[in-house]
Amino acid sequence: MDFNDTPEEAKFRSEVREWLSANARQRDTSNAKAGVSTKSEAERLVRAKEWQAKKAEAGYAAITWPTEYGGLGGTSIQSVIYSQEEANYDVPRGFFEIGLGMCIPTMMKWATPEQNERFVKPALFGEEVWCQLFSEPAAGSDVAGLRTKCERDGDDWIINGQKVWTSGAHFCDYGIIVTRSDPTVPKHKGLTFFFLDMKTPGIEIRPIKQISGGSGFNEVFFNDVRVPDSQRLGDVGEGWKVSLTTLMNERLAIGGGSGVDYEELLKLARETELEEGPAIKDSNVREKLADWYVQSQGLKYTKFRTLTALSKGQVPGAESSIGKIVSGPKMQDLGSFAMDIQGQGGILQDGDESPMGAAFQNQWLGAAGYRIAGGTDEILRNIVSEQVLGLPQDIRVDKNVPFNELASSGKK
Amino acid sequence: MNFDFSDDQKMLKDQARKFLEDKCSYDDVRTVLESDASHHDEVWQGLCDLGFTGAAIPEQYGGVGLGALELCVVAEELGRCAAPVPFSSSIYMAAEALKIGGSETLKQTWLPKLASGEIIGTLAAAEGPAAPSPRNIKTTFANGKLNGRKLPVPDGETASVAIVLANTGGTGEQAVSLVVVDLTQDGVTRSSVETIDPTRGHAEINFDNADASLLGVSGEGWALMKRVEAGAAVLVAFEQVGGTEAALNMAKDYSLDRYAFGRQIGSYQAIKHKLADMYVKLELARSNAYYGAMVLAQEGADLELAAASARISATEAYRFAAQECIQVHGGIGFTWEANPQFHYRRSKLLALSLGSASRWKNRLVSELEKSNVA
Repeated sequence: MDFNDTPEEAKFRSEVREWLSANARQRDTSNAKAGVSTKSEAERLVRAKEWQAKKAEAGYAAITWPTEYGGLGGTSIQSVIYSQEEANYDVPRGFFEIGLGMCIPTMMKWATPEQNERFVKPALFGEEVWCQLFSEPAAGSDVAGLRTKCERDGDDWIINGQKVWTSGAHFCDYGIIVTRSDPTVPKHKGLTFFFLDMKTPGIEIRPIKQISGGSGFNEVFFNDVRVPDSQRLGDVGEGWKVSLTTLMNERLAIGGGSGVDYEELLKLARETELEEGPAIKDSNVREKLADWYVQSQGLKYTKFRTLTALSKGQVPGAESSIGKIVSGPKMQDLGSFAMDIQGQGGILQDGDESPMGAAFQNQWLGAAGYRIAGGTDEILRNIVSEQVLGLPQDIRVDKNVPFNELASSGKK
Repeated sequence: MNFDFSDDQKMLKDQARKFLEDKCSYDDVRTVLESDASHHDEVWQGLCDLGFTGAAIPEQYGGVGLGALELCVVAEELGRCAAPVPFSSSIYMAAEALKIGGSETLKQTWLPKLASGEIIGTLAAAEGPAAPSPRNIKTTFANGKLNGRKLPVPDGETASVAIVLANTGGTGEQAVSLVVVDLTQDGVTRSSVETIDPTRGHAEINFDNADASLLGVSGEGWALMKRVEAGAAVLVAFEQVGGTEAALNMAKDYSLDRYAFGRQIGSYQAIKHKLADMYVKLELARSNAYYGAMVLAQEGADLELAAASARISATEAYRFAAQECIQVHGGIGFTWEANPQFHYRRSKLLALSLGSASRWKNRLVSELEKSNVA
């Protein structure tokens, strides 16, 4: 039992290290997690595209993809090793994960060879950014309940409706979308899937302001948006099957929780005075600190167990499914508790006055969204209980009912 | 990355599991619950005969000469069936304390008998409902004689030798030492006590000028005690992981078998989410226990931190799984005839056996403070 690389892994790691040190700047660890980039999104996107091109040129942008798509034809463990090493460098992140993690894998499975020839490489090299258009105001966890409709018109389809929570839609070039082609059949059977140019006339993108103040998401409106039938992925009515390809990649694409953790809480507890003395001497503070330390370590070593399976060329066990169930509430509770330690001053969300640039306040606000994005805490528990423990699915009252006869808000 | 047990260790685990599935069903555990027996003798003898007791004891002292990792996989299986045997007292505590702190003579005297199971050993620290810390220990050891009262002592009625935490007159943490006592002598009287988990025997022991000898150096008993506890915390964490998995499976099986309102109760989200939470806590506990095992086997410098993490995580997982297992069963789960009680009892016993979670959380943060000096 050890954490050592195999000789092949060690060789790959040293190649990666050499390449990174020649091409990127080491992260400043003295100002690790609290640091927030002051650059505008547009500036960061330019930098991200440059970095992505460099990475793709070296083969590290898609390590597990086959070489004909510009990948390295490597293993999952190599991909993990690259990420581990890249984490030590100050490189732009957060623009290509959805496109390369979810959209392009869906294209690779369902689009024609000519289409993949056209789209995969520009996405990989960061020239074109992709988004995913699934969720709707009335279709969140129950995404198959979506209402955006598509109607055939000669060689084209006309799309009308609204999508929501679309990350990055405002800077994306292309998107994948699932729509309802037939409302007279049960919900999973009447869906059809397309990819489209986000500049197509009739698409209107409006940012959503989150409670944290940021606007990473958008509402996307479709008014008579014309999409050629050649951009359909999968058969008419088979859109759910195509969606599953995307959704299976979602859990891989949604990263683990980052942000302030027990280390920052320890620092805060040492530096903050409570009525009876330093917070670190308070037994309640110590118990909470220990609980979150143990959860963090538990997640870290759970990941190591998964990596062990990958390293041995085995399929990882179900243990990796626990990550977001633990990290979401932990981020929220830890942020909240750290604010409690700050007493009345805890309400300040002030980069100068609040400890660590208001990192705890920011995390407390942001974590409320993290517990919902990419599968709510509740949906993830359903997944664990059904897919890991083998418990029965919920009884689905909508399973065999035509979509247009289902009960919904405002129509019972 | 090789963060897993070896194939040989997994084979050993299978061997332990097969033996225990055959010889240590809940019906077998129940025979101890419903009798005055301190443990299940047939199961204990079987474990000794198969060499599990001697697994981590060096060959020169009559053991098999394997290591901590082998002990961990056996511990998980003992925990899974809530085995009513003195394994933890005799091996994780007594034998490990002798291995770590014992003189050559002490090792030669006691380890071969503990390895073969010819005798049972234990460690006696608690003196009633209070923390057995240097300032609270009233039992004294002076001029080779031990005086005082220990309660509760695991397997105290059947053990032949005990490692005892006693005051030796120093100050602060130097006030206590560990001593080795032959429990079969005249100066020792003992009687069994009632506990929340009658499947594991406990006793009150009185020492009246009993002959004893120092284990390690006088005044360094607390440091040695903490080192022994850290190792035991990892091993007990594996018992807790095994117990958690058993309680989860018991609850899951019942939820698939039981119908209410025309459906399996396992199809309701209230039950599904409860079982998912058990699984999440189990996996966190398993991962922390694995790290504890690795550090223990490598005798790593951060054993105290790794052991505290393993213990806190596994204690929480077993607490939750055992209590919610009864809840999933409903009324039947609360009856004497049903089996959930075995894990409910054992989870609390193990949660307290090395001191409460609060105590270990405090120990953990003290380590964090040391490793993170600003």
